[in-house]
Amino acid sequence: MSTWAYDGTAMVGRQLRRVRNNPGLAILTQTMPITMLLFFGYVFGSALAVPGKEYRSFLVPGLLAATAAGGIMTGMFQAAADSHRGVMDRFRSLPVSRTAVPLGQAAADLVVTAAGTVPLLLVGLAVGWRVEGTVPEAAGAMGLLLLFRFACTWIGIFLGLLTRSEDAAGQLGGATFVLPLLSNAYIPTGNLPGWLRTLAEWNPISAVTTALRDLFGKAPVPRGAAWPVAHPVAGALAWSAALIAVFLPLAVRRYTRGEG
Amino acid sequence: MTTTYAVLSEGLAKRFGTVRAVQGLDLAVPQGTVCGVLGPNGAGKTTAVRLLTTLLRPDAGSARIAGHDLVRDPAGVRRRIGVTGQYASVDGDLTGRQNLRLFARLHRIRDAAARAAELLDRFGLTEAADRPASTYSGGMRRRLDLAAGLLRRPDVLFLDEPTTGLDPASRKQIWEAVRAVKEQGTTVLLTTQYLEEADRLADDIALVDRGRVAHTGSPSHLKALIGSYAEAVVADTDLLVKAAGVLDRLTGAEPSLDRERNAVGAVTTDPTLTLPRLVRELDAAGVPLLDASLRPPSLDDVFLRLTGHLADSKEPAA
Repeated sequence: MSTWAYDGTAMVGRQLRRVRNNPGLAILTQTMPITMLLFFGYVFGSALAVPGKEYRSFLVPGLLAATAAGGIMTGMFQAAADSHRGVMDRFRSLPVSRTAVPLGQAAADLVVTAAGTVPLLLVGLAVGWRVEGTVPEAAGAMGLLLLFRFACTWIGIFLGLLTRSEDAAGQLGGATFVLPLLSNAYIPTGNLPGWLRTLAEWNPISAVTTALRDLFGKAPVPRGAAWPVAHPVAGALAWSAALIAVFLPLAVRRYTRGEG
Repeated sequence: MTTTYAVLSEGLAKRFGTVRAVQGLDLAVPQGTVCGVLGPNGAGKTTAVRLLTTLLRPDAGSARIAGHDLVRDPAGVRRRIGVTGQYASVDGDLTGRQNLRLFARLHRIRDAAARAAELLDRFGLTEAADRPASTYSGGMRRRLDLAAGLLRRPDVLFLDEPTTGLDPASRKQIWEAVRAVKEQGTTVLLTTQYLEEADRLADDIALVDRGRVAHTGSPSHLKALIGSYAEAVVADTDLLVKAAGVLDRLTGAEPSLDRERNAVGAVTTDPTLTLPRLVRELDAAGVPLLDASLRPPSLDDVFLRLTGHLADSKEPAA
């Protein structure tokens, strides 16, 4: 096994053990969307003109994408905690491949996310959401979702290494909660004023949400939408690839250089 | 025979913005010895260790650690060193055993589990091995951290203030561990704020002041240079003057009077001036003593003597 793969595997093991020993954050971030599905789906859903069941089906892909974007917060929190408490220095003083530590964190996060998504999908099915696409389409949707999560985690790892502050990560947690509000995750963007609609549709969460609605539910792509939403699968892939291309090298560079 | 140096640095420098944390660090630590880097908070000790362990990249200067060039071959350096930070750098979310197994795996140790168990046993952590490290006491964490630094039997072990904030019993355990490490032939570089610690552990002491090595020498050399502080406490002012005369004669140094405490003291570098002799001489001169002491110099004394300013003055050097 090559160096980084060996080190990366050890780091994945570490992250998973860490989550098992201290599952608080993982449980919180994965149960939050279920609460929101029930709250939005029944409370807001009753106040909307759309039938409740239809809104809940609309909501599930949006919540999946929004939760994936939460990778920014989780990634930042873990990287900041490691830097702040000196564990990162320990890793950096070891003869370990430079990419292995952040890569291990991002890869372990994917495992936790994949497992954590299952309860949301089950609750979604229970409240009326249905998978209408083919099996390959549904698998593709899951793949897109995890790819987007992976991209978001790298943003978080970079920010965590940059700030070295768990407090800042906590505060950013609030900000990542706002990001999906400015997308089509919870509301259709068709009725928004022009500039706000453009902004919301260029939000990466919108492309991912639309792609999930398209692949899982055969939902028609909204008319007159911005390019990433009008071509949701290509848009979601492009957004994820772009984010990874920017933030993975930045995070690895930051990790290699340390604070100085 | 030529001396082989496990750590040899020349002119290492690092600045953070306008603060020159380390400016021209020259260190030469012979293989198999313990070097104590002694200095107050803010002297640049931690930055020096971070530079020498590849955690920071120097702005200037060079160093060889266990034969590997610090700047050109940091990976080579990392393979030969062990590092224990000032703050226990283990993962609090993992148990002690999981921590050591992980670090052992990353060190490419074949039987990571066995090596982890061996070190847990050696540092008295077997009982707590399967509890998260976040539940450990300060001393236990520091021991776990030290164990992590020793997994691969390093050529050079760096310890950054290994006992700061520890209770005396834990401190003793760490000291014993450091001596055992030295016995096995490992070179140790430790930083400390405690003169006593450097005195007990180090073969050589490098006194660091404002990011530079201000003085180097063996502990006895440093102590001889600085001397001890002889002090007598008496009942009234008349006796104080009398005692001052005796101290003047014994030490040859100008005694300093503390009239509030009726205490008089003077610095001595005379090895024959022991506490019994001090008491006998004062007694013979007809000075009834309330208290007498002959104490080793404090870090403040050392600094005042060797750098000309107090250890706690922190204004950055120009």
